[in-house]
Amino acid sequence: MTKILDVNGLVTRFYSVDGVVHALNEVQFDLEPGETLGVVGESGSGKSVTMMSLLGLIPKPPGRVEGGTAVFNDGSDTFDLLKLSEKELQEVRGGKVGFIFQDPISSLNPTMTIGKQIAESMMTHLQLGESEARKRTINLLQQVGIADAERRYDSYPHEFSGGMRQRVMIAIAVACEPAIVIADEPTTALDVTVQAQIIELTQRLQKQMGMAVVWITHDLGVVAGMADRVLVMYGGTVVESALVDDLYENPQHPYTIGLLGAIPKMEGEDERLVSIEGSPPDLLQPLTYCPFASRCPFVFQRCWKERPLLIPIGKNHDTACFYDVERGAPRDHV
Amino acid sequence: MAGTTTPPAVGMEEYVEPTWGSKLAYVWRLLWRDKGGLLGMILFLLMVITAVFAPIIAPHDPLEQNLRDSKLPPAWYEGGNWDYPLGTDRLGKDIFSRIVYGTRVSLTVAVFGVLIAGGLGLLAGLVAGFMGGKVDGAIMAGVNLWLAIPYLVFVVVIASILGRSLFNVILIFGITDSPIFARVTRGEVLRIRQSGYVESAISVGASTSRIMFDHILPNLIGPLITLATFEMSAMIFYEAGLSSWAERAAHWCQLGQHGRSLPSILAKLPWMVIYPGLAIAIASLAMNLLGDWLRDVLDPRLRRSRA
Amino acid sequence: MSNEQPIVRVENLKKYFPISGGFLFNRHHGAVKAVDDVSFTINRGETLGLVGESGCGKSTTGRAVLQLHKPTAGHVYFKDIDLTTLNTAQLRELRPQVQMIFQDSVASLNPRHSVNKIIGEPLRINNAGSEREVHSRVIELMELVGLNPRWSKRFPHEFSGGQRQRINIARALALNPSFVVCDEPISALDVSIQAQVVNLLKELQEQLGLTYLFIAHDLSMVRHISHKVAVMYLGKVMELTDRTTLFERPLHPYSQSLISAVPLPNPKLERKRRRIILQGEVPSPLKAPSGCVFHTRCPLAYDRCRTEVPEYREVRPGQFVACHLADRDGSSIIPAQIA
Repeated sequence: MTKILDVNGLVTRFYSVDGVVHALNEVQFDLEPGETLGVVGESGSGKSVTMMSLLGLIPKPPGRVEGGTAVFNDGSDTFDLLKLSEKELQEVRGGKVGFIFQDPISSLNPTMTIGKQIAESMMTHLQLGESEARKRTINLLQQVGIADAERRYDSYPHEFSGGMRQRVMIAIAVACEPAIVIADEPTTALDVTVQAQIIELTQRLQKQMGMAVVWITHDLGVVAGMADRVLVMYGGTVVESALVDDLYENPQHPYTIGLLGAIPKMEGEDERLVSIEGSPPDLLQPLTYCPFASRCPFVFQRCWKERPLLIPIGKNHDTACFYDVERGAPRDHV
Repeated sequence: MAGTTTPPAVGMEEYVEPTWGSKLAYVWRLLWRDKGGLLGMILFLLMVITAVFAPIIAPHDPLEQNLRDSKLPPAWYEGGNWDYPLGTDRLGKDIFSRIVYGTRVSLTVAVFGVLIAGGLGLLAGLVAGFMGGKVDGAIMAGVNLWLAIPYLVFVVVIASILGRSLFNVILIFGITDSPIFARVTRGEVLRIRQSGYVESAISVGASTSRIMFDHILPNLIGPLITLATFEMSAMIFYEAGLSSWAERAAHWCQLGQHGRSLPSILAKLPWMVIYPGLAIAIASLAMNLLGDWLRDVLDPRLRRSRA
Repeated sequence: MSNEQPIVRVENLKKYFPISGGFLFNRHHGAVKAVDDVSFTINRGETLGLVGESGCGKSTTGRAVLQLHKPTAGHVYFKDIDLTTLNTAQLRELRPQVQMIFQDSVASLNPRHSVNKIIGEPLRINNAGSEREVHSRVIELMELVGLNPRWSKRFPHEFSGGQRQRINIARALALNPSFVVCDEPISALDVSIQAQVVNLLKELQEQLGLTYLFIAHDLSMVRHISHKVAVMYLGKVMELTDRTTLFERPLHPYSQSLISAVPLPNPKLERKRRRIILQGEVPSPLKAPSGCVFHTRCPLAYDRCRTEVPEYREVRPGQFVACHLADRDGSSIIPAQIA
């Protein structure tokens, strides 16, 4: 199957007063049509910066995308996202790629009715007339579970609750039936019962429209329930990538193993949580060695000397580690 | 990690207490990064130097009249000469020297005016914000009333009663400007009182005076210094437009008395108005730029250890 | 491990925030019942978890227990002293024994104070020795919570979130308290750091015999750290029981749906799981529903729920529930659907 998105060697840096922040260090991943890719990582891991880099949403300055390719291919169209002009990117954003942000209140225009905000996107990207756009918007609002959509069309964002606003965000993201929807921590600010609603809604829409979903989160639980494949990020790189069952049953990167151990179980007796000692890497240092080395229980000499690259270790399973956790020894032929 | 050659982990490095040198270097980097702030700082330092060394810098006594050399244009125009770099007025007073001395007056008024305004405002704001309730209501009602009086009219009236000495001008500016400081102080006090660290202090049993002096006052400094810079800029402006400098340098207020309209002065002796005006504008700009920069720099959360 | 001796007893605690306003005249428009008739006890050396969604009043409860918010009504007994009757000076004297760890480690640390000053402040306030003694105690505390003592001159913004929370903990422990309210101490932290802090809190509890009121919205963490758990909704406790019972046989429909909404880090279980997805969101506390506050979202609500406030009662030994449907033999309305 052709990849709808193929990202290679993505490098993004921020030029701050304290020095150069190496936010992304050759990030590599791909996305198949219609699949759900979970991107897991802690703050500073680069999970959001990756997606923002792809769509030209990095604030410049201080940010700069300095390398890599990101080939988008939806069958009818092929282009490198990183080579597009701002104008072309605007066409992609909201058109072929939809975005759901963590904080709907700051990403919705407070002075425009929500109906208009959705309809406008349809009018620019799909060249619809006003009445047609309105009709489709109301239909869409019903689909995302907003009761009395006809009336709510003319409401302003502040008249909605947090969960409802997130539904509006989702409606905007899928308004033009994009091929990819990128959801950046869409449920982090929501309560757990509302989170369940939003996840269910996203999955239903995905089934209907057949789009690929990239779900960025720090919550391994959320990803377990909805993703087909999971990408684990750390220190601005992808450290592991695997099918969801494989990742949870057979994690290969020490960081993934640690992360899974850090979540308390919901059944049985409680054991001491596995905690990953230390703190995340200082991104002001260029990544010349493994970003996890200072916290890794399996670290050895080589980890400090060079940076492990993502290598395939099984079907659809890649990891960036010199150490073979299963055998309990360094990998030979890497 | 035993037995491996490990570079020091992040954050585990020895803490080096910042020296004066490293702090200065850091301030310099912050300035270099914010070119506006750098410009403001340079201009401000130039102003200070000009004010302090006015007698050395100015080629003439600013009050010295020299009717033979009256109405001279700036040096680079035909008829001008470098004895009077920016020309002279109708009485032959050197405009450049007048600007130099004017800077001295402006800065004095601004610095002391802001000190008075800040002192009064801080006191009122602290009391209002900390006591709350009826005291707060009364003080803030007074402050708002004070702010409602047309500023310049008030200043002119008071000045005409008290006379227009430098001391009076400073006093008037200080008093009339204090409500702004009172308001900002009160707002900040209320904000800080709601802050987590004050709640945390209460939860470990801190007394009221401790909360006031250890937690609220130090956190007021940043916003107030920033405000002070902006207010100094405003004072330079007002002072120039209204009193001594205007009288001695640009005749803004006296234009009517001389029976001449501004357009006619502008047409015949434009340098008399343009260069002093430019000096005021630059001074005001410098303070504003500096204020913007200070606002960012004085926020401790924006500071980093890696100096 | 507990000797079943309540160290904290909260009885019918209420905290209403009056809503007033209007032009010129302050008129009372009613009150937000942030905490409405909450009762519980905590045994010495135990942890009571307090969970609920945002706006359920869990943080306000914690603050009202410590008298950081003056309760509107009710009693809080700490070692048989009624805190609600103490005046400011008496409270200040008692503060060392009851401490709080705050959620927001950025806001709760004075940005202009060094770590030494922050951790030492409680000691200095309570005159715990000379400056030298205070400093050596600060060093001791920093080591206790796993901070490098060499960092004592640094300022809060120079630390990561997890480290700041350790500073917070060290400060709260400076005076050897016996009871600590932890107000969402890990919510703002990354997963791997959460585990560090939770492990630390548990170790400190064992080491120092601390009693915790642990406020959080993350059910799996609450399950992990608590001995008993209280589930709150719109200012009221819906269910309170020991943690095993709560997670295996919850009786209140709200506890059941809350537990079923927690995503599990296990793809196979997740696929099999049947979720109870509640409709809508928590109503505004300004307009709390009549009768049972949960009835607007409860899948089982019937007429009685809309009019009559369910009694908060011990349905089974040690299991307190406020629901008309929770019957005595415990055969709950919906079978527990956690995997």
